[in-house]
Amino acid sequence: MADVDNWYYSDKVKDHFFHPKNFITEDPKQGEFDAMGEVGSFACGDIMKMWLKIDPKTEKIKDLKWRTWGCATAIASTSVFSEMVTEGEGMTIDEALKITPQEIAWRLGGIPDRKFHCSVLADQAFKKAVENYRQRKI
Amino acid sequence: MKKRIYLDHAATTYLDPRVKKAMEPFWIKEFGNPSSLYQEARTAKKAIETARSKIAGLINALPEEIIFIAGGTESDNLAIFGIAGARKGHIITTKFEHHAVLNACKELEKRGFKVTYLEVGKNGIVNPADVKKALTDETILVSIMFANNEIGTVQPIAEISKIVHKKNVLFHTDACQAAGYLDLDVKKLGVDLMTVNGSKIYGPKGIGFLYVRKGVKIQPILYGGEQERKMRPGTENVPAIIGLAKAFELAQKDKKKESKRLTILRDYFIKRLLNEIPKTFLNGDTVQRLPNNINVSILGVEGESVVLYLDEAGIACSTGSACTSASLEPSHVIMALGKPYEYGHGSLRFTLGRRNTKKDIDYVMKVLPPIIKKLRSISAVKA
Repeated sequence: MADVDNWYYSDKVKDHFFHPKNFITEDPKQGEFDAMGEVGSFACGDIMKMWLKIDPKTEKIKDLKWRTWGCATAIASTSVFSEMVTEGEGMTIDEALKITPQEIAWRLGGIPDRKFHCSVLADQAFKKAVENYRQRKI
Repeated sequence: MKKRIYLDHAATTYLDPRVKKAMEPFWIKEFGNPSSLYQEARTAKKAIETARSKIAGLINALPEEIIFIAGGTESDNLAIFGIAGARKGHIITTKFEHHAVLNACKELEKRGFKVTYLEVGKNGIVNPADVKKALTDETILVSIMFANNEIGTVQPIAEISKIVHKKNVLFHTDACQAAGYLDLDVKKLGVDLMTVNGSKIYGPKGIGFLYVRKGVKIQPILYGGEQERKMRPGTENVPAIIGLAKAFELAQKDKKKESKRLTILRDYFIKRLLNEIPKTFLNGDTVQRLPNNINVSILGVEGESVVLYLDEAGIACSTGSACTSASLEPSHVIMALGKPYEYGHGSLRFTLGRRNTKKDIDYVMKVLPPIIKKLRSISAVKA
């Protein structure tokens, strides 16, 4: 099918868009996770929620789940971010905070330019969640 | 190869094979420049004049009132800048016009013109009383589309033109979406200028015409040779002109039958969408709309995601979501209906055409509900 071959999203974006990883279909119960972050708005067309489970001693990310209302890039970038921070033994909070939108886009095999600023929200949602986690701990 | 179901006829249509056949001689055999003197030229010239007469007859106009031009956008631009170039003053249009009209008017504002962008009703129909209220002694032009390209709502053009003419103001309508389904008799509609293009009526792309009533003075926007009475200079796109005339003839001939067939299909589709997908709302009037237009907002999902999932399932349709535009703003048409942002981002447009049957709709209704269910299940917004 020529039209799909010429799709301007990479195979990696398509993979994460059609088969997203680490999402949850219901908002979790109180206490199930250690922190939550939410970014985006109806106006801009993307809203994202992210939940974290953190090992308090090592600050390693034990689990990360998300829900997204948004376009293909928003869904794919969140999915790939969740993979990046949880793969192997899981990143520490500080390691994960260093992930830039550029790195997310790179892992996706590139995304269309105009999608970059509006749709890569995963790093922001994560920062929000970490903020909430640290505030709660103090 | 998986079967494709094309449901985006308001974006563009495939060429009617009869149109292709009519165009065929004019690529290689009858290639002459209509402005020259010899036989090849005369054949080409005769063909475009026959096309002009045919189109004029179909809209109850005179051949000299038809200007061939490269598509709907150029036609709208010639109408608006053409009138504005010959006069100064105030222009009235609507908030949900096609960008070819909207952005032409915005440019005129920069050049010192006053423009009123009328609100449209919640059902996507302009209230003639609002036009009456907006008319001033300075108004030179009113431009209101015949049928909206996104939600298909049909505007009361004949009623509005009477009001406009009482004030001695000129009236332009963009009839690109209407040309396949509605009567374009310019006398009945009472329009002074009218835009039609080929690419929505199974004709070639890059060709259209502007009807300009005899006696209405316009200023050209391009300068060059004497083609199209200097109103649109440049060597005529002969094959495209022949194709446009043929396509328009066929579309107008079939419009009643095709409208009847598609209205049934449209209403069946709308009923199933609203019944089978919760939190789904129709955009635009249920009755006063084009026979081929279905536009719904599905809450809790974002339009681009749905379009891409449908594409993967073999279905082509479009959305008013911001994600398909560079502007980051959702559809100005859905927003003009006074709906919240979520309705714009979650809007889907299906536009039917000649090849579509009930089977196609049934297939969409088989694959769409699970797609919505899946996207809603990962959505951060509860529908």
